[in-house]
Amino acid sequence: MEQMYDVLIVGGGAVGSAIAREMSRYQLKIGVLEKNLDVCYETSGRNSGVVHGGFAYDTGSLKAKLCVEGNQMMDQLSEELGFTFKRCGKVMVGRSEEDRVSLQRTLKQGEANGAKGLRIIEKEELHQLVPAAVGEFAMFSPNSGIMDPFIYTIALAENAHQNGADYYLDHEVTGISRREDDTYEITTTHGVFHTRWVVNSAGLGCGKISDMLGITGYHVIGSKGDYIILDNRTGSLLPMPVYPVPSNTWMGIHVTNTTDGNVIIGPTAENVTDFEDYGVTQKNIDFLAESASVIWPHIKKADYIRNYSGILPKWVDENGVIQDFKIEIRDDIAPHAINLVGIESPGLTAAVPIARYAISLMAEREELKPNPDFDPVRKGIVRFAEQTKEEQDRLIKENPDYGDVICRCEKVTRAEILQAIHNPLGVKTMTGIKYRTRSMMGRCQGGYCQMRVEQMIEEELGLKETEIRYARQGSQVLFGKVREEA
Amino acid sequence: MEMQKKDVIIVGGGPAGLAAAVELYKKGIHDMLIIEREKQLGGILRQCIHDGFGLTRFKTTLSGPEYAARFIEEVKELGIPYVTGCAVLEVSHDKVVTVATKEGLVQYQAKAVILTMGCRERTRGALAIPGERPTGVFTAGVAQAYINLYNRMPAKEVVILGSGDIGMIMARRLTLEGAHVHAVFEIQPYPSGLPRNIQQCLNDYNIPLYLSHTVTEIHGKSRLTGVTVSEVDEHMKPIPGTEKYYPCDTLILSVGLIPENELSLDAGVTLDGRTKGAVVDENFQTDVEGIFAAGNVLHVHDLVDFVSMEAESLADQAAEYVRTGHLAPCNIEIHTDRNINHTVPQRVSGEKNFKLSMRVNRPMNDCRIVVSQDGQVIASKKMKKALPAEMIQMSISADKFVSKSDLEVNVEC
Repeated sequence: MEQMYDVLIVGGGAVGSAIAREMSRYQLKIGVLEKNLDVCYETSGRNSGVVHGGFAYDTGSLKAKLCVEGNQMMDQLSEELGFTFKRCGKVMVGRSEEDRVSLQRTLKQGEANGAKGLRIIEKEELHQLVPAAVGEFAMFSPNSGIMDPFIYTIALAENAHQNGADYYLDHEVTGISRREDDTYEITTTHGVFHTRWVVNSAGLGCGKISDMLGITGYHVIGSKGDYIILDNRTGSLLPMPVYPVPSNTWMGIHVTNTTDGNVIIGPTAENVTDFEDYGVTQKNIDFLAESASVIWPHIKKADYIRNYSGILPKWVDENGVIQDFKIEIRDDIAPHAINLVGIESPGLTAAVPIARYAISLMAEREELKPNPDFDPVRKGIVRFAEQTKEEQDRLIKENPDYGDVICRCEKVTRAEILQAIHNPLGVKTMTGIKYRTRSMMGRCQGGYCQMRVEQMIEEELGLKETEIRYARQGSQVLFGKVREEA
Repeated sequence: MEMQKKDVIIVGGGPAGLAAAVELYKKGIHDMLIIEREKQLGGILRQCIHDGFGLTRFKTTLSGPEYAARFIEEVKELGIPYVTGCAVLEVSHDKVVTVATKEGLVQYQAKAVILTMGCRERTRGALAIPGERPTGVFTAGVAQAYINLYNRMPAKEVVILGSGDIGMIMARRLTLEGAHVHAVFEIQPYPSGLPRNIQQCLNDYNIPLYLSHTVTEIHGKSRLTGVTVSEVDEHMKPIPGTEKYYPCDTLILSVGLIPENELSLDAGVTLDGRTKGAVVDENFQTDVEGIFAAGNVLHVHDLVDFVSMEAESLADQAAEYVRTGHLAPCNIEIHTDRNINHTVPQRVSGEKNFKLSMRVNRPMNDCRIVVSQDGQVIASKKMKKALPAEMIQMSISADKFVSKSDLEVNVEC
């Protein structure tokens, strides 16, 4: 007999995985269809990693409401799911009277949205908070913060998985049809699935999936942002993100500290139609450094360790005006389908409230029975580099592989890489190990450890060298052996 | 956590660390430990299976592993203590060295620490080469490790950016293993590697070298599909209209080495922005007393022979420091003109003879390198050809010093 899911979720990013995790609180058979080889390969992993305060969105919008809720629950989520979150605050710096008016307007909007603690600070206090920031005054948001977006997404997915959700990686949805009994048949690149409910949390693919559900007419554009990452020795000069005064549609180029001590500069914002091109241009790299130097003059080319880009799916109207999150069930067109469109920033901050909002729509149509076995706690990989010396010593004595440092820049040990290779979701790529451990993420960018990591994946998973993928389908790392081994 | 005492801790068991250890032992310092993070001693030489090592130091040509073996055998014969598979996590300002071992964390209180960590390769990210993010972009050292240490073939159709020595050596190595190397591109108007490698690794295999060219875009969503190469002007800016597309699955980068000084920085050692290594005096002592540095962690060398010889030359003073806890102050600074990139050492006492190592910033013909003090020439060296690829060394005698004023190093053409 065919397997019938209660819910199939299309897209396993932060939002899809948050929905999977929150739905696993109920007695539901859940599956997640993810087209990539890992869960944080697109928008969820390619952003600033900022936990937003909720002041930048129109009062009354879902973006504002769900962002404020997400911000408030982030400490608890971090505790339960084992990802790094720092409520370090954030400043938006200004210098002109026009800026001051704009910041006061933002502050009012933030207060109306329920964001707490916002205030305008003068130069002296700004420099106490961030000595290296340039500005005459600023709006300070004490509740804003930063998180590790990779581990956050992975943690949501792993917690969903441990509570019973099935993850299907490398399963791109190619078609959705509603059958006579009102269930759905979903065709993917690797098989056909059946389900009573379907969730469209496809991120950049939300327009396509919405069309497949028959809910047509959403115009989704990609807004691409390029970023530069600086060496983690720069992090001490940036205790919290520094933003310029925002415009209506764009946060502006900012500098953000990361949970690992690096500094991120970005993003640019360009509308794109190719949602798979993550290339970064020379023009943008130069522009980023120049623009961000105005608010934080410590950007040196010698500190560049990498650049990257991310694409936000934005739902726009016929005039190109960016719309609010759309979270809906269209009983008339696609009953039992939860359709999420245009989940862009602050989607990372708001992922769990988005999930709960989506589930509330479902609960209006079907009784949901609590899952008594639900466990909200996901244990992550204990990071050697983040421990005290005493803790490190204890870890090694428990497991000698903690004494074998594989990645020298980020001090990642064999023990951590082994745990990452045997990750619950079954991710086998090089970037899968990178995102889970930070190996290959430091200043030498895997110059020292990538061969070791590659060899460990081969050995642990019994793969041939030609089967190792870097990130995407087709990203073959090696072409074979140099000569046959004796 | 246990804390042990040692006269000397040597951080890194590559060519510099091994040479320093052997020479220190010969000077009577026996209470020391070499700490190596790899499973074997030898450092980067383990993957350098080509020959050409040892011509200066041993008057014969050796492969990298053979060259390393000469020192490793001596370390073993002398019974110099070493550990492998152990990573130094921290060197503190007061010379407490924290090491991760399979048995736990171990700490050593050393009288002297010798930093010999070598260098790392500059990456695509550091250069910020624009374009997409496929796999297939490797530093030359990574490709070399895959082929020579891991028996894995990472390339078929290859473009090489940068004419550093490892890049050229990999051009030959990849060709010998059946890959097709299209060309080597160098952004500078002159090669950055040694003339002998241009001949033996490129010319002998008909691999073209294009100067004043660079990669301006990387293509491919999954594996590399090609690169765009452009000519650059005298300011090294790409010239619009000169773009040419090369289909390839691999881009090898040989675009410079950076001394690996993370441990040094944590110990409070001051670095020289030009060498990216420590500022040292004629004793190879950094500005943290009792912490010495030699080899590629101090400044990038052209030949391993000079790495070994530099490390050997610090033994006398390091031994003296261990015995007396003190070395003569070095307050005479060495300044350079714009033709010289840097010197090592950067400070001297004026009391001792020393060897001055330097690199020029651009190729120069028929020039004279002049070291002067108070306007008086105290040493000079005639050069038919001075190349940035080659390290230049001069011996300076203390009895030529005329005062305690700083030294000036200039190039006269």
